[in-house]
Amino acid sequence: MTTAAADAALSNNAAVTSGAQVANSADPMVPRRYAIRRVRQDTRDTFTLLLDPVDGEPLTFRAGQFTMLHAFGVGEVPISISGDPTAVQGDGGSAPLEHTIRNVGAVTRALVNAEPGTEVGVRGPFGTSWDVADATGNDVVFVTGGIGLAPLRPAILEVIAERDRYGKVLLLYGSRTPDDILYGAEMRRWADLNDVNVQMTVDNAPYGYKGKVGFVTELIARAGFQPRRSYAFVCGPGMMMLSAATALTGRGVPPERIRLSMERSMKCGIGLCGHCQLRELFICVDGPVLDFARVKPLMTVREL
Amino acid sequence: MDDIRILDPADIGTLIAHLRERGYRVVGPTRRGDAIVTGEIRSVLDLPHGIGDTQVPASYRLTERKDDALFGFAAPAQSTKPVFFPANEVVWRGRRDHEQGGHFTVERDTPDASPVALLGVRSCDLRAVQIHDHVLSGRRYKDAHYTARRDGTLVIAVACGEPADTCFCASMGTGPRPAATNNETGEPAYDLLLTEVVNAEVLNTEVMNTESPDEASHHFVVEIGTDAGREIVDAIEAKAGTGRDQARAVEITDAAAARQTRHIDRKSVHDVLRVSAESPRWEDVANRCLACTNCTMVCPTCFCTTVSDASDLTGEKAERHRVWDSCFSAEFSYVHGGPTRESTKARYRQWITHKLSSWEDQFGMLGCVGCGRCITWCPAGIDITEEAAALGRMSGLGSTTSAATT
Repeated sequence: MTTAAADAALSNNAAVTSGAQVANSADPMVPRRYAIRRVRQDTRDTFTLLLDPVDGEPLTFRAGQFTMLHAFGVGEVPISISGDPTAVQGDGGSAPLEHTIRNVGAVTRALVNAEPGTEVGVRGPFGTSWDVADATGNDVVFVTGGIGLAPLRPAILEVIAERDRYGKVLLLYGSRTPDDILYGAEMRRWADLNDVNVQMTVDNAPYGYKGKVGFVTELIARAGFQPRRSYAFVCGPGMMMLSAATALTGRGVPPERIRLSMERSMKCGIGLCGHCQLRELFICVDGPVLDFARVKPLMTVREL
Repeated sequence: MDDIRILDPADIGTLIAHLRERGYRVVGPTRRGDAIVTGEIRSVLDLPHGIGDTQVPASYRLTERKDDALFGFAAPAQSTKPVFFPANEVVWRGRRDHEQGGHFTVERDTPDASPVALLGVRSCDLRAVQIHDHVLSGRRYKDAHYTARRDGTLVIAVACGEPADTCFCASMGTGPRPAATNNETGEPAYDLLLTEVVNAEVLNTEVMNTESPDEASHHFVVEIGTDAGREIVDAIEAKAGTGRDQARAVEITDAAAARQTRHIDRKSVHDVLRVSAESPRWEDVANRCLACTNCTMVCPTCFCTTVSDASDLTGEKAERHRVWDSCFSAEFSYVHGGPTRESTKARYRQWITHKLSSWEDQFGMLGCVGCGRCITWCPAGIDITEEAAALGRMSGLGSTTSAATT
């Protein structure tokens, strides 16, 4: 195929993959090209990639969805979108597509070390949403730690964009050390300007640290919200989510109103490769966001 | 009954030539080394003549038959799975231009377009194709290559008269005679169905006494499933048969069903596995399972894949491949930090639970067709029917009659 023909095939693909019509795409296994606008270093090992589409419309997504990010010739990884879903839909596409990733493997290393202008492949968006609007009129509790804040950021931005539609909004955030805190300045802004009750804790602190030390799940017991009139959105490692969800139900939050973002191995993102199965669930299409009532029995069986 | 035709062994050659003339790539059972596999059939000589097989747990041997049967064996070593769903295929090829700051283009790979005629596909494997149609091509996201390859497939099925010791299709409701229509879609399951009538030995004496010498010779009873199938038997001028021919065909598969000794109780098995996640049986089977992945490689319904990226030395050209994967490997469930299913018992539990339970929740059907390949090709001889029966007994939910007889 000539380059022109390849471009035609791509723009054809791009036309259908933009927006929520991925299902109609001829082949959802073929990526769209995005150029790196900038790579922002957030912490020692965590970076945010800001991407612009090379051809076609910007990608619209729902908070909680992920894409398959491809580093040319290296490989592909599932990464939650961490940007603002309303910004992309709003003004026709000046906002870049954002992914916050930890540099832990070959693909993520290639992505975070790429120069601005380098093209990467993007498939998606895939998966279910946090659907925070369901919490309208209720208190909202976000519980997360480390890079788990990245998949929740779009949901938090949706809530503060219509802040007066919600009751109390809490963000309980845990981090390994004070240096590993992600989006620190932004969390302070949410607290100062958007009436978000941000509570932080760290696992390990240097001598003289004045903040809280301990696990994020310990914050749940004393946090000020009305459990029976609350929705909770939790993102973190499996054991952390199980213990957070257990603490939340312990305070009286109904399990159907606790949403978790599940992580499994994923190779396709579209329910075909089989890797992400959790008993009958394909986490990539039935999830990643699932309610605790649904997944609790599956989280308590080891190695399921 | 309906429209029954008769083909002689020589007519099979005519049929193959006719299909090839029509532009079909004819695919069917053929001998390769000491196994029968699925491959391209260019003439009747490519079909196995007078070859049978003996399959028991952990053993597969070809045998010489006393007759000239063309389909006188049980499940071939590999099903038709790779015909539509190859073990390794290119999804797309890409080229990067270093001069232009990492600009790259991708080109989707398109599979071979010629339609396939499946010749001699058994009911177990035919059911597996129906299952794959749903899994890979009947949901929101489709495997584009599978869907393209399946387009225009002609199915000439064979009703199985020679089940192996490892077969249990009768208990799964998938054979040895294929249902005329696909349960889920209501579409015809085959264009033509052949039943091979080998010689007088397979017939009961009553039939023997009443039939002409011609009826006792080696021939094929043909049942017509679609207009396309009828057009083909008309074109090769197949002789007309009678209701009695069809009755004999049914008798052959009834006898084949009756000879099967292995069973899975498909009514209870979903619930048995649903409640067995913490069963002590997993420890037991894990002590035997080598996690070699053989069962998943020969299973006609296993569809898990991974992707692998290959680039040339300059890093300018890259290919993305989709390759079969197996839930028995440690890498399968790997996420940063380690595999989700570290132990063999967790991996065996995942495989059998998926086949016999969660598959039904996902797709509204079971994921096992009873072909017995996982039993034959397991180097440790682990028997899915025996494991299902043991879990049934231990859970108290299994049918008391479902135990394997070995």
